Amino acid sequence: MTLPRAPLQQILTKYPPKESSLIMVLQDVQDAYRHLPLELLVEVAKALEVPKAKVIAVATFYKAFSLEPKGEVEIRVCRGTACHVRGGLLIMDEFKRLLGIEEGETTSDGKYTLEAVNCVGTCAMAPVVVVNDTYYGSMTVNKLNRILRATKSSKTADAAREETE
Amino acid sequence: MHLTSPEALKRLKSQLVRQRKENKSVITVCAGTGCVACGCAAVSAAFREALKENHLEEKVEIKTTGCHGFCERGPLVVMRPEGIFYQRVKPADAKQIVEKTIKQGKVIEKLLYRDPQTKQLLTYEKDIPFYNKQERLIFGMNGHMDPTSIQDYITLGGYQALGRVLVSVHPDEVIEEVKKSGLRGRGGGGFSTGRKWASCRQAEGEPKYIICNADEGDPGAFMDRSLLEGNPHAVVEGMIIGAYAIGSHDGYVYVRNEYPLAVKNLNIALAAAREYGLLGADILGSGFSFDITVSRGGGAFVCGESTALMASLEGKIGEPRAKYIHTVECGLWEKPSTLNNVETWANVPTIIEKGADWYRKIGTENSKGTKVFALTGKVNNTGLVEVPMGIPLREIIFDIGGGILDGRAFKAVQTGGPSGGCLPESALNLPVDFDTLTEAGSMMGSGGLIVMDDRTCMVDVAKYFIHFLLEESCGKCVPCREGLRQLHEMLEEISRGEGGVGTLDGIERLCSVMEQGSLCALGRSAPNPVMSTLRYFRDEYLAHLEAHRCPAGVCKALINYSVIEENCTGCVVCKRACPAEAITGEKNQVHKINSEICTRCGICLAVCKFDAILVE
Repeated sequence: MTLPRAPLQQILTKYPPKESSLIMVLQDVQDAYRHLPLELLVEVAKALEVPKAKVIAVATFYKAFSLEPKGEVEIRVCRGTACHVRGGLLIMDEFKRLLGIEEGETTSDGKYTLEAVNCVGTCAMAPVVVVNDTYYGSMTVNKLNRILRATKSSKTADAAREETE
Repeated sequence: MHLTSPEALKRLKSQLVRQRKENKSVITVCAGTGCVACGCAAVSAAFREALKENHLEEKVEIKTTGCHGFCERGPLVVMRPEGIFYQRVKPADAKQIVEKTIKQGKVIEKLLYRDPQTKQLLTYEKDIPFYNKQERLIFGMNGHMDPTSIQDYITLGGYQALGRVLVSVHPDEVIEEVKKSGLRGRGGGGFSTGRKWASCRQAEGEPKYIICNADEGDPGAFMDRSLLEGNPHAVVEGMIIGAYAIGSHDGYVYVRNEYPLAVKNLNIALAAAREYGLLGADILGSGFSFDITVSRGGGAFVCGESTALMASLEGKIGEPRAKYIHTVECGLWEKPSTLNNVETWANVPTIIEKGADWYRKIGTENSKGTKVFALTGKVNNTGLVEVPMGIPLREIIFDIGGGILDGRAFKAVQTGGPSGGCLPESALNLPVDFDTLTEAGSMMGSGGLIVMDDRTCMVDVAKYFIHFLLEESCGKCVPCREGLRQLHEMLEEISRGEGGVGTLDGIERLCSVMEQGSLCALGRSAPNPVMSTLRYFRDEYLAHLEAHRCPAGVCKALINYSVIEENCTGCVVCKRACPAEAITGEKNQVHKINSEICTRCGICLAVCKFDAILVE
């Protein structure tokens, strides 16, 4: 499979071709391709004049990067301390059960990826779930089905949130 | 607009202040991430619509501001200049607010805050205990300005400190002033900011770098996020003043990628500052040049450590290095570098503007100024609170925080993030400052305060932090990498009720090795959550080990769910919700939980409306 190169080319023109641009380039690649394909990492290495091994090291060190394609809908369950003491673990367990996947996995149809994040910084609304870019605060296990339903219809963030209220 | 002198900046300010006075009433809608999560965007839109319907667009301004701090009650709306405080505002309320409050001057009671203690309805922001016990030195501007408007910041006196410094204060004097103020690093370390600057100024080597640490990785802390989102110019101004004092021309802000709104507002602020001649070449015509680059982090907790952060800025993996090489002499690209936390930078303009003598009056002998805390967990008023150093924990949790959720019993407060510790009730009267918290076995850290009640298991909390650190350890040194793994195993055992009293001795020995042998602060402070819970809550560990009980009802292997017969109405809600089909019972009959099949998922407890589920 050959991936389209245009997004990558555009990303590379945004940053000066040096090592300090590496993390930001990889972030943009991750956003554009929903993962870091190996074949593109080779090209990033060439463009920034950084050894391939170093690119791989960075790509596997940071949490923001994934070598596997992520699902269309990224469900991130916050695992900050405030969320933990207010029942964040139960939320994670229930998502696992509803989606039939483990933490860090993607459903076989490529629709959902389930992840835990170490604090999204909205601790006052704990426990928190972030679905793509939408924040859902004060979550309880019985609201999760409605979140999943909202992701199926193409509702706006606010409408989806209203539905879980 | 390009300002070419501090005088021009002053003139602009007076002009903006005059304009504002002539101006009209303002509806401020909080758009911090907490309120965004409650749907404040729809509230703003509804206000716009309502003003249009009433032909008031010209007379009334809508201001979307940064975080006001009282996230628990969001979306928040404050009507200025009166200061009427509306909470939990829904889009549908906008019309009524415009028609009643704006047109007729009437207050809408159902949107007011009710003091849970006195049961009184409070109309004004300034009367609410959550706010009136605070001293909002750094955070105060948030509720009054649109963070994307540099003019708002200038109207409130922004950049005046910078203007004065550039023409009339020598860099050495700036450093002296900051030293004298007693400002200490707000990221957790608590090192004297002025001394750090002085060492960097004296260090040999060019160029010198200024770095703002906005990689707020501590779970349970979000003040840096709210500052960058709500008042980015204060941070930028602080950095420019710091750069002038140290003699730097290049600055970096390393911000978490998980904070997209902070990145956006910061970039808007930087562009505006450049346009106004406050950043870039020849700032305010002074001949001094300085610019700032924003770098988004890759999502690694260890990058909050200064040397790991610098490695990450260079595009490398974020591994810390040994501390005997000081970053003020040999930091980013092996050049002298000054790294301070967001909140530290935001303190600088205030110190310069009001003077070190004024600033020193706030706080305790060795901890000056205020500190922003993120008050979360099992407490009524969650949110961001800014208080003078030295205030007792009890006041923060019970007066500002309004006490424990659902009237339960206080058990512990966790301070300082994963490197901090859990403090019991007996520590509640301690004054909060850098040194007292360290003595008590915890630390100030970045300012997370997570309140725990009697349903929080301290073994589980310790295990939680160790698991967090295990995942986040960079793996470079053995004591941290392997120590955390072993610690986690042992805590897992305890939470299953396995192991003997010897396990606790083993844990203590291992903790001591990690404290002494780890390379960076992450590993050296990693035992704190375990050691502090062992120090104050040893009985709870022993209950797991000897009685095979989890007194808080958390550790799954040691608890059972059952139905309280007197309370059960037989409504079948729990039966339908139970994923393991472990609940039996006909409608209107008392239900039963089969503990053989029960997975202890807690869903029945969450859905039961009659308090009929018992966990023990």
